[in-house]
Amino acid sequence: MKYMLLIYGNEAGQQAASKADTDRMMAAYRAYTEALQKAGVLAGADRLQGSTSATTVRVTNGKTNVLDGPYAETKEQLGGYYMIDVPDLDAALSWAGRCPGASHGVVEVRPIWAM
Amino acid sequence: MRDDGEDARNAAEAVARQSYGKLVALLAARMRDVAEAEDALSEAFAAALGDWPKGGVPASPEAWLITEARRKMIDGARRRRSRQDGVDHLRLIADELEAAAAQQTHIPDHRLALMFACAHPAIDPRTRAPLILQTILGFDAATIASAFLVSPATMGQRLVRAKSKIREAGIPFRVPERSELQDRLAAVLEAMYAAFAEGWCDPAGTEIRRRNLAEEAIWLGRLLVSLLPDEPEALGLLALMLYAEARRGARRSPQGDYVPLADQDPASWNTSLIEEAEALLLRAGQRGMLGRYQLEAALQSAHVVRRVTGSSDWSAVERIYEALWEITGSLVVAINRAIALAETRGPAAGLAALDALMDNVALAEYQPYWAARAGLLARTGARDAADQAYERAIGLEPDPAVRRFLEQCRMELVG
Repeated sequence: MKYMLLIYGNEAGQQAASKADTDRMMAAYRAYTEALQKAGVLAGADRLQGSTSATTVRVTNGKTNVLDGPYAETKEQLGGYYMIDVPDLDAALSWAGRCPGASHGVVEVRPIWAM
Repeated sequence: MRDDGEDARNAAEAVARQSYGKLVALLAARMRDVAEAEDALSEAFAAALGDWPKGGVPASPEAWLITEARRKMIDGARRRRSRQDGVDHLRLIADELEAAAAQQTHIPDHRLALMFACAHPAIDPRTRAPLILQTILGFDAATIASAFLVSPATMGQRLVRAKSKIREAGIPFRVPERSELQDRLAAVLEAMYAAFAEGWCDPAGTEIRRRNLAEEAIWLGRLLVSLLPDEPEALGLLALMLYAEARRGARRSPQGDYVPLADQDPASWNTSLIEEAEALLLRAGQRGMLGRYQLEAALQSAHVVRRVTGSSDWSAVERIYEALWEITGSLVVAINRAIALAETRGPAAGLAALDALMDNVALAEYQPYWAARAGLLARTGARDAADQAYERAIGLEPDPAVRRFLEQCRMELVG
């Protein structure tokens, strides 16, 4: 089954982090990505630009409303995702637990809708 | 003349009682679809009631029901058209062929895996016990709802939601690896104990559904011990439930009055259940891995020893509460430890231990704290303070029988 690991983190905290801490974090993500690759379960991954770059679009009664900012203003923002292909939820949860994002924010695990 | 209809019904009921969970577990394992397995199985039972009176009860009723239910599931997959269902369809046919090849003599038992799926950390904790009762024992949502004091509609929704979660999130049907077994087993035991506690809190035994729930939880406990014979906490939980069950009737006088443990007549306890519990606890102790359920069972053991020695083993009780306090840090445990202290070192020591808890705000609404306090104050001769504490305890107690008991204690203060 395919699962999306959605990584939510505190952007303000990340921006305030020292260069050394940021480097450590990047290295941790590289190692994690590599581990997923070597295990043959990686189906996709991306990091997103900060939520200040987000624009939200909603069409109501045929009128398109474009708003500056993310969909929800929360303390923790969606910052990136991994898509993995593993046998079951336990395997997905165990990968989610190893994701650096789980130690700094939260990782939401969502199964992909099979078409 | 034999009544074939009756024979068939009896056979179907016997299989439903003994094997319901086993059949659901087997049918649901491959696709993780509990709801569909339950539907197919209930159709298969209906077909059995039509078929068996005519053709006779098959040699292996379980195998017959499995085959019939799988056929229903294949039909269902055929009716639906999505690609995923096509894949499902092929898997079902593969299952069918596999079963035929095995001559259907042996029905594999996946109930343990099903229990672990139902008590998975990804399932809402409130729904774990109800889900186990439904999938392993075949309880309907209305019965479970009445036992857990929620509306049937709410319980129904929770169960449906939990089953969709198992299917959609891909919660596996498997017994966890050694490394994570302890954590995951704790959730299974907790669910089982929750079911038992719901049944146990009807002391008069007037609500049949609740009483049955305690018995069913014990049945589940026996099943778990048979599937995991070396798990000390599973043994401990079964022992704990049996000790409690042995004293069920003794908690009320024939007039329906509350009888505290200390006043219960050991002759009214069920000896064979106690002996079975003692043996289980001993077996658990030999594994050398202590845990909450074993300790709580040991506590019961230290109390029921009164049937042999004439008194509870209070120093053992105190030590066990000490150990439980280390594990749980629970307020209930702290209060009981104070009561044990009063027995081993006198009421003043017990009161001092209760005083140490005073900062806790939850105590304001906690009846056992005030009842314990009142009892100890009375024993130290502080009548006014005892009177006030009894008043608070009475005001907090929902059970009329316990209220009558406390009122009686309060009246005796004056005399």
